[in-house]
Amino acid sequence: MDELKLSVASSPHASHPVGTQSLMRDVLIALIPAMAMGIYVFGFRALIQTIVSVIFCEIFEWGYCKLMHKPIPCKDLSAAITGVLLVFVCPVTLPYWTIIIGDFFAIVIVKQLFGGLGTNFLNPALAGRAFLMLSYPVPMTTWALPGQANWAPLGMSVGQDYIDAFTGATPLSIDYMKNAEDALNLTASQFSLGDMFIGNIGGTVGEVSAIALLIGGIYLICRGVIRPRIPVAYIATVAVLTLIFSRSGGHFDFVWMLREIFAGGLFLGAFFMATDYVTSPNTPKGEIIFGIGAGLLVVFIRYFGGYPEGVCYSILVMNILVWLIDKATMPARFGVTKEMRQAEKEAAKAAKKAAKEGSEA
Amino acid sequence: MNVKKQFWDGLITQNPVLVQLLGMCPTLAITTSLFNGLGMGLSVLIILTCANVVISALRKIIPNKVRIACYIVVIASFVTMVDLLLKAFVPALSKSLGLFIPLIVVNCIILGRAEGFASKNGIGASALDGIFQGFGNMVALTIMCVIREFLGAGTFGGGLLNGGKGIQILPPDTVALGMILPVGGFLTLGVVIAAVQYFMNKPKKTKEVAK
Repeated sequence: MDELKLSVASSPHASHPVGTQSLMRDVLIALIPAMAMGIYVFGFRALIQTIVSVIFCEIFEWGYCKLMHKPIPCKDLSAAITGVLLVFVCPVTLPYWTIIIGDFFAIVIVKQLFGGLGTNFLNPALAGRAFLMLSYPVPMTTWALPGQANWAPLGMSVGQDYIDAFTGATPLSIDYMKNAEDALNLTASQFSLGDMFIGNIGGTVGEVSAIALLIGGIYLICRGVIRPRIPVAYIATVAVLTLIFSRSGGHFDFVWMLREIFAGGLFLGAFFMATDYVTSPNTPKGEIIFGIGAGLLVVFIRYFGGYPEGVCYSILVMNILVWLIDKATMPARFGVTKEMRQAEKEAAKAAKKAAKEGSEA
Repeated sequence: MNVKKQFWDGLITQNPVLVQLLGMCPTLAITTSLFNGLGMGLSVLIILTCANVVISALRKIIPNKVRIACYIVVIASFVTMVDLLLKAFVPALSKSLGLFIPLIVVNCIILGRAEGFASKNGIGASALDGIFQGFGNMVALTIMCVIREFLGAGTFGGGLLNGGKGIQILPPDTVALGMILPVGGFLTLGVVIAAVQYFMNKPKKTKEVAK
């Protein structure tokens, strides 16, 4: 996109060096804190997984474009982001070949078959995760426990021992399995609120540390890469709902609310996935509707659904609804007043009525 | 009506599943093993051919206003025959296809061919049309079955070869369960249709450029 140097446009002739590549680079920079926490909590395997995933995403993108005689977009780094995000939403114990299948699904099926960057209707990384979740349910829900990271670089190939030795439940899956009142006690003894904020809990590679994701998100907002409307609407909806309908016994339990916000992939989804330009609405009103809808779905899935965590599916469902949101919140043309629109509507109604009467007669 | 064109129409250019997009319900639901696909394809082939012949023979007697009801009566009688025959001689297939055998009555491939072809053409042409369209349907189902079974269960020829288990190609730990689920049906159908369209349109384009 930024390769286009010759452009004929009316004034003002302001140019800005921002293109796909520089935006994507900013997103990658914003993901560094979360990556660092992932490596700190889960060990070197997280890093190697990310590198493998990025390389294969770029290979699949390059291969498809080469095969279809399309311009090769490897420079724009969007496939690299898909690769990183896919690893971030998968457990660290996942075998490498599974990640590669997820990369293939994300890049070729979800992104390129629908026309490549800019025309994919689903977030590729999340769709890849959804497919892996369907296809490999057991490895996808085998969570490594924190603080027992295998620091030896060779540890990554140990396989079965490594996987079996240090797995446990995430805060959300504990909530899901136990009934709500025991869950708070159990979780409170196992993971404190501070642990959940810093990231010393079980979960997928990228989602564990709320603070690292928050730093990345604030960096993106400050750089102007994302607008804060979607993440704020999204997290606020979850916060309000979990505050009002706390499941820890009483209502208005702030501890429960904070736990629900820090647990799972809410921050990762809100800052890095729901805000994907291609799969989020274009209008300010639409962005807020998108965020609120996704927030509602997260709480519904966590409270009543078949999975302990609902961030992935909430964003995917809202992605599918983006065209509708865009259509419903389409801004008025410049210069059109309320009265003119009213008149237009009435004229259309009258015409419809006339047509109906005509056909009846 | 030339036979060669009818054959290619049935197999590729007017393939009932991949081009006309008819009979989606069994295509998505039962294509999980080779045995199911072949069984369904053969049943449809037989019913389609018989129904086409009878409807073509009756085309001057059937009043235009009640033609769909008449077609359904003819089709339903053949479906009942096939259903009972399968129950008697191939109970395994009858069990694994279940409801989808009686549902052939309202399969749009058969109704579509009756309405679109058999009611306007002679008996011979209609019989050939039934065979070719049924064959095209069978090939499409078989392709979907082979792909989905290979990716979703790691086997080939499930229900048919190796005592009904099929030949294990991929290790069972590495198979993508999603491909056996309905999701996999939609994905496979989409990809197969895309591939067929790609290869059908390819030679035409190069010719246009050459001109």
